[in-house]
Amino acid sequence: MANSTTAKTKPAAAPAQPASVMSIIAPAVGWLVPGAGHIVQRRWVRGALLFVSIGTLFVLGLMMQGHIYKANGGDILDILGFIGDLGAGGMYITTLAMNWGQGAIAFAVADYGTKFMIVAGLLNFIAVADAYHIAIGKKQ
Amino acid sequence: MTIQLTHFSAAFVFALFASIVFGITHRETTRDMLRYGLYCFAMFLGGVLLAGWAMWFIRR
Repeated sequence: MANSTTAKTKPAAAPAQPASVMSIIAPAVGWLVPGAGHIVQRRWVRGALLFVSIGTLFVLGLMMQGHIYKANGGDILDILGFIGDLGAGGMYITTLAMNWGQGAIAFAVADYGTKFMIVAGLLNFIAVADAYHIAIGKKQ
Repeated sequence: MTIQLTHFSAAFVFALFASIVFGITHRETTRDMLRYGLYCFAMFLGGVLLAGWAMWFIRR
């Protein structure tokens, strides 16, 4: 009796999906190049839109003279800024390599630029998670 | 190369691109993605306008 009640209330567990190669490759590629995790899974339009959206936000942030955060162990906001920037993957690595985004924030729009780049990185984290969900079959 | 966006145009660009990403990643079907993206865009811009007017009233 108790078993039948439990069976009624408990939702059926989803069958375990074996870890595929794509479930590793798609997030990794998607982190390096925004939208690439969708493109390698043949979601062309979604991948292109993600690339344009995240890429434009990041580039606009740089052009607005936003500040890019490096790895640091100081102020909590600096650490969070670094984590956000890190999400942009390849764009963040390129920016550091070219020594861009190192100027002091002298006006309000430059501060917006800093936030644009952090948000671009955070949005890319969401896109990476989405690519992973597609790879494991949780989303179409 | 540097650009200077106004406060509103910066908010507009931010709302546009963030809404596209939210729409794609938070919904399953194309129709739902479009609807949710538009909803997020409206909420972003509506919030900006509302906050702007609220600050205008506070200032007076």
